[in-house]
Amino acid sequence: MKLEIINGHLVDPKNQIDQHANLYIADGRVIAVGKKPADWQADQSIDAKSKLVLPGLVELSASLREPGHEHKATVQSETKAAAAAGITSIACLPTTNPVVDTPAQVELIEQLSQSSGQCHVYVIGALTTNLNGENLSEMAALKAAGCVGVSNVFHPMKSSLVLRRAMEYASSQDLTVFSYPLVHALANHGCVHEGITSSRLGLPGIPAAAETAAVAFQIALIEELNVRTHFCRISTDRSVHMISRARFDKLPITADTSILHLYLTDQEIQGFDGLCHNQPPFRTLDDREGLRTGIQDGTLSAICADHQPHEIEAKLAPFQSTEPGSSTLETLLPLTLELVKEDVLTLSDAVNLITQQPADILGISAGNLCVGANADACIVDLKHSWILNSENMLSRGKNTPLLGDQLNSRVTHTILNGKLIYENKLN
Amino acid sequence: MRHFLQIDGLSTKDLHHILDTTESFTSIDDRAVKKVPLLRGKTIVNLFFEPSTRTRTTFELAAKRLSADVLNINIATSATTKGESLLDTLFNLQAMNSDMFIVRHPESGAAEFISNYVDSHVSVINAGDGRHAHPTQAMLDMFTIRKHYKEFSKLRVAIVGDILHSRVARSQIEALNILGAKEIRVIAPRTLLPANVAQLGVEVFQNCKEGLFNVDVVIMLRLQKERMQGGFIPSEHEYFQLYGLTPERLAIAKPNAIVMHPGPINRGVEISSEVADGPQSVILQQVKYGIAVRMAILSLAMSSADENGGGN
Repeated sequence: MKLEIINGHLVDPKNQIDQHANLYIADGRVIAVGKKPADWQADQSIDAKSKLVLPGLVELSASLREPGHEHKATVQSETKAAAAAGITSIACLPTTNPVVDTPAQVELIEQLSQSSGQCHVYVIGALTTNLNGENLSEMAALKAAGCVGVSNVFHPMKSSLVLRRAMEYASSQDLTVFSYPLVHALANHGCVHEGITSSRLGLPGIPAAAETAAVAFQIALIEELNVRTHFCRISTDRSVHMISRARFDKLPITADTSILHLYLTDQEIQGFDGLCHNQPPFRTLDDREGLRTGIQDGTLSAICADHQPHEIEAKLAPFQSTEPGSSTLETLLPLTLELVKEDVLTLSDAVNLITQQPADILGISAGNLCVGANADACIVDLKHSWILNSENMLSRGKNTPLLGDQLNSRVTHTILNGKLIYENKLN
Repeated sequence: MRHFLQIDGLSTKDLHHILDTTESFTSIDDRAVKKVPLLRGKTIVNLFFEPSTRTRTTFELAAKRLSADVLNINIATSATTKGESLLDTLFNLQAMNSDMFIVRHPESGAAEFISNYVDSHVSVINAGDGRHAHPTQAMLDMFTIRKHYKEFSKLRVAIVGDILHSRVARSQIEALNILGAKEIRVIAPRTLLPANVAQLGVEVFQNCKEGLFNVDVVIMLRLQKERMQGGFIPSEHEYFQLYGLTPERLAIAKPNAIVMHPGPINRGVEISSEVADGPQSVILQQVKYGIAVRMAILSLAMSSADENGGGN
């Protein structure tokens, strides 16, 4: 099977390509970029004239909800949504039921994703058994089963001592710890950023210090133990500063933020809109600007969707009783490209933040179009404006604060392992 | 004004209209037959997800004096423990052709949430949602103040105590700002103040000596017993020492300053009996006016709802 994508504007940050170039794919792999191989006869040719051609996107954090929460979504439904969004690799979280703390759970998810065939799915395993924060999971076994990292997500650790040991043990297995920095006692069942909005609405707040204190504490541990750690979903300006300093000091730290945190602030919550309920919460304009600076200067090396599909009922309650999180796979790319329009990022840096850099954090080979690499790519129409609504979303979760908003780009083709798996003719 | 959910967003004119309407209802209270036929044939549901005596009773009396049929539903243990969602509870009651829901709920935003899902001819009145708002209480407080002082623009008002957890304080602050009070002060230790509280339009004081100086109105807030467990204050004793309203402390305020409290009061915790029962206390007047204010709000809301839904 030979596939060519011609006449497109190809952006591949890893290879510093940002120009018109044709892409040639054979047997699932990239075999040439720019120059047509000798004796080339394509079986299929896609004309990407006045479109972008990108490496398939790499998403650091998607809850696929299976097993255990099939009423919210399934591996099949969400990987299909990923394909429509140009995402070809996904890391999913251990917060299923049962929790991903044994090789059998990892294998189950891998089987489900293989039979769906829409996206490469990588599994982040549980740091502790049943995410109880107390007993270490069998990390060597999880790694052998294919886990790319371990995390306790937002489940609290019983003590700082257990956290230290878990980090050290993960390091012994050469596993990255995906840390969600939060001092749970300070968060104290809060549901919004603690500030004037929480005060006005009378909603319990989560102070910025609930995050920054955890970041500071863990940086101290990382400095002493030299354990590779990725901070997930940084939401405050102050954390960005601390992480920047730690990276300057050559500590093995990476960090990301979510695409919604680069746009939304606690101001959006006027009117108690449960769709704005997020963890970590959307914070102040200063925090948002701090995060934008963080992606500009490289302190934050990935933007993620932080995809959390929910059933409709999960958001049909007074604000505090709604479940946090948004369904965001399908807005990751349009909103990231919007940052280019707003002159926050160059096109190449924007693409890097959702392809090669998250792939590096996961330690997977993806996110580029090197000759010989797995041919995962997507084609994007930058001139197609559309309104996001619950009918045109493929994710089973329609929970996003962006419903009704205009998006200014759209994926037209997604190629996985050299095969066209998604096409949108944009009629 | 089909729904009455919060003070925020209303105009000075709106608030004075409610207060003027209240005035016309106060006389009914003194008649031998305390009833007018304004809401005859209407069904009003008191939907209380949190225990309450005073607020529920005054709403019930207000509705009955307007000749409405009143249904009291107490779901203090929360319907969710029985597996029924808030919306399902609501839709069931709505199916019984209710015209108005008076809602108290422990979560902020609950009344507004419900208002988004009722039929177009149905009104929702917020009788207290979490820490967010208690707008009818704030209106009866404004009415009580207006009974004693002609102009809000000359008034200094101090609110003392647990501002953090108080929906009453939030609504009072909004109402006083809209009505143009000269100065609104909050007096509390920092543990009982919400973040960025000054941005709500108040002056912040940590002690009574400065905070009560020269004020015309002193509003005391109830201190819940569980605040001692949460590390907000060390003891009732120390709280009373620092913030309890005693005759000596009240003397810091203007000589004829009025003392208010949304009730129920904790004698010896936030207020001494001498002050609570003293000549400057208007606490029982507040309760009395509570009925007239609620009659005004129920009738104003119902007439808007009738215009809105064609009223049958």
